[in-house]
Amino acid sequence: MESAARLDSNHKLTLKELPYIIRWRDDRCKRCGRCTAVCPVKAIAPAVRVQRSVRSEGAVPTPTAKRTIVHVVEQVADIEKYCTGCGTCSLVCPNEAIEPEYNPNNKFLHFKNKGGDAYKRGGRRNDPLVSTLDKLKFTRISMLTDPALDAGRHEFRVRTLLGRVLPPEEMPLTLVNGELVVDKNSGKFIPPVREIYPIMIGSMSVGALSPPMWEGLAMGISYLNEVEGMPVVMCSGEGGMPPRLLRSKYLKYFIIQIASGYFGWDEIIHSLPHMVEDPAAIEIKYGQGAKPGDGGLLMAQKVLKLISGIRGVPQFVDLASPPTHQTKYSIEEAVAKMIQSMSMAWGFRVPVYPKISGTKTAKAVLNNLARNPYAAALSIDGEDGGTGAAYNVSMDKMGHPIASNLRECYLDLVKQGKQNELPLIAAGGVGKKGNLAANAAALIMLGASAVSIGKYIMQAAADCLGDEHNRCNLCNTGKCPRGITTQDSKLYRRLDSDKVAERVVEVFKSADVELKKIFAPMGRSTELPIGMSDGLSIDDKAIAERLGISYAC
Amino acid sequence: MCRLAAITSGSYFSPMEPVLALETMKEGHDGSGLGLTMKDLGGSFESLKKYPILSGISSKAGAKVLDAYMKQAGFKLKHLWTPKIKAVKGIEAREHYFARAYEYPPAYKNSSMAEKETLLMNTRLAIRKIGEPDQSIFVFSFYPDVLTLKEVGDPLEVAEFFGLDKDNIKAKIILAQGRQNTNYAIYLYACHPFFIQGYCTMTNGENTAFVPIREFLSGRGFPGYMGYNSDSEVFTHILHYTARQLNFPLKYYKDVITPMKDAEIAKRSDAEAVRLIKKTMRPLCIDGPNMVIGFTPDGTCFMVQDSKKLRPGVVGGVKGKYALMSEECGVDSAVPKRDRATDIFPMKYDMVIISPQAKEVKVWNQLHG
Repeated sequence: MESAARLDSNHKLTLKELPYIIRWRDDRCKRCGRCTAVCPVKAIAPAVRVQRSVRSEGAVPTPTAKRTIVHVVEQVADIEKYCTGCGTCSLVCPNEAIEPEYNPNNKFLHFKNKGGDAYKRGGRRNDPLVSTLDKLKFTRISMLTDPALDAGRHEFRVRTLLGRVLPPEEMPLTLVNGELVVDKNSGKFIPPVREIYPIMIGSMSVGALSPPMWEGLAMGISYLNEVEGMPVVMCSGEGGMPPRLLRSKYLKYFIIQIASGYFGWDEIIHSLPHMVEDPAAIEIKYGQGAKPGDGGLLMAQKVLKLISGIRGVPQFVDLASPPTHQTKYSIEEAVAKMIQSMSMAWGFRVPVYPKISGTKTAKAVLNNLARNPYAAALSIDGEDGGTGAAYNVSMDKMGHPIASNLRECYLDLVKQGKQNELPLIAAGGVGKKGNLAANAAALIMLGASAVSIGKYIMQAAADCLGDEHNRCNLCNTGKCPRGITTQDSKLYRRLDSDKVAERVVEVFKSADVELKKIFAPMGRSTELPIGMSDGLSIDDKAIAERLGISYAC
Repeated sequence: MCRLAAITSGSYFSPMEPVLALETMKEGHDGSGLGLTMKDLGGSFESLKKYPILSGISSKAGAKVLDAYMKQAGFKLKHLWTPKIKAVKGIEAREHYFARAYEYPPAYKNSSMAEKETLLMNTRLAIRKIGEPDQSIFVFSFYPDVLTLKEVGDPLEVAEFFGLDKDNIKAKIILAQGRQNTNYAIYLYACHPFFIQGYCTMTNGENTAFVPIREFLSGRGFPGYMGYNSDSEVFTHILHYTARQLNFPLKYYKDVITPMKDAEIAKRSDAEAVRLIKKTMRPLCIDGPNMVIGFTPDGTCFMVQDSKKLRPGVVGGVKGKYALMSEECGVDSAVPKRDRATDIFPMKYDMVIISPQAKEVKVWNQLHG
């Protein structure tokens, strides 16, 4: 009989409280130790146990107890070392002896606040349900009354505009011998506009991402531009860019982000005189869909030498960007001054636009921008957007879904007749269930000029393990088992930047085919069907009414 | 798909000519309507060129309301033409079909044509607003020297119903459309041709980009950009917007509705302007499949295709008379004595432009001029 003292484990958690339970098979395990070595959170540990067995031989029961020493792999019932379900243990196991299993009855959030520290993580909102974007269907199919187009034969122009577009009435045109010419003496400012691919890679910083991941994305989009002729652009995120890239011809494929911490901007400003190309655009970050109202956060453990160099900060300190741009106190000033200064830095040759998180107040920002002739676009990041580090409560409970937020902004522009003047960029949950092209097309038909992806490209191009069951989501800790969001060279050497680049190209090429497969039967090929809301339906009357589209079931 | 028949000529001809041309293309329309817009009128209107003509349909009660409204607005009735209705099976006669020529209100005696055009359009819109809820009045055009007739039914039967074969009504330009109903209700305001301030077009094919185009036009703040009971009405309004509001030469209509690729634009002498137009007027790209026939206030007629050339269209004729049709058999019917080898089948970059009085036909090409 065990002593009473050893049975009293009242303050220990049972494994049932944890989100993932390790299934370990004694019979398959050869005790190589790879799983326990690789586990990023030390949720499993090798242990030595005394095993008592009772045996009886012969016709008459003669039980004898025997104690043997056994070696096992055990899950640790410690909330600080909870199994995240990443499955790296399964990846390295030679005998398929171990795997984590999701525990839907877990009480993880009840306990993940030890020491009064609220739970922080990376990833996106833990909501595995089907989003509105995934419920939208394309129902206006040209067929017999009009020929549908052939995605394989007809010429498609899947392009969009990034930048402020003049209203036709304000074009400085004059007639010379029956031909229209741009009147150079009109003094009219023609804002810079880029023709880009309508799916862009959203802001993920050098620092949040590991060197091979960021490099892989950058190489991927450069290849898409230079070889495939697809003008895909990518946003730097806050944290600057590698100095060599700033001075290279590839800068034109990048949108440089400035956020409230201004990290990396010392280097950018110093590189300005040496730039041989203008960047695609400048994004001013005011908010992020995953954590509205929160600033950026790069945890100390990720601030290694390279990052401290690019950002111009000491190593191993938490890099927090404030929630707002501290030098500004009103929307008018924040938007106008920032846009003006950024435009001026590049001689008004580069589109400058703000990014905000999805919010009920988006229309107020929008209308401010609509009145500002230098505002190049508005990027709205919905609640399903991802992040490298945030409080769980911000991610799960704060923010606005992108669909209706984007739609009401678009319709507001329609009311003012400015829907072509101020492009809307939609983000947050695009490709959440893997339907990248369909989600992008749906947002475009609701009124987006372009969409931004982040989490999706990490999942598709670098096998990010995170999902909406809170799997992995270790981005903030610097312990990313895939080597995507870490600055630890032992981890990121697992990631091959060439393979990431290859996957980026594959992802965009296949999305391009799928977009054509959506647009062709709808009879659209020459221009992106921005705001073609009659093409969409949904099997939910309330959503249909809210989005101003038809109900179909 | 609707069938279109337009004729432009240096001399007056009967509206039966384009209707008979439509008849040759009968397999292509379902008899859901006939619309006729005539410009440069002969017959009883020949001497009334400067007086605006209000074309429409009303009930008896509607006619009284109309009279009262016009009187109150200061218009004085100069001439009333009504078709001599012949009962035709299947066509339900409405009470009053009319084309009324008015004298401008005295206050407009010395006004510019632009001011008069604003008055005429606003008057038409006001009457439409009064008559549309109870369908007591429909008005299709209100402009000098332009007459519009519309009715639901088979084109040839509608023409007989209006007695066009016996009437002496004639014109030098006539656009006729035999409607194939698509997604939108059979409704008089959905019948082509559509007209606004001297600009008129008719179209075949479905307009897949209708909603974004409609929203863009509606946002221009111009009261005439309304209606849109048919997805084809936007083609007329794009023409009006491009040519009248923005004052672009007619050929740029083609650049607006079917913008070229940037590499193609680079070869144009007006590349900079065309590039700017492509961006600023991006939502007006029609994206096909459509063929558009139209006329402008000076009597120029044209035909354009969508950028994939997915709709048929042919222009043929002799100096002084040209036919713009959906199909070759329509041209054969309208101008049988011509050299068929000179017929023009406009391709995706082409815009066929016929000068006033059908003097000359030119093909303007987006790439080569």
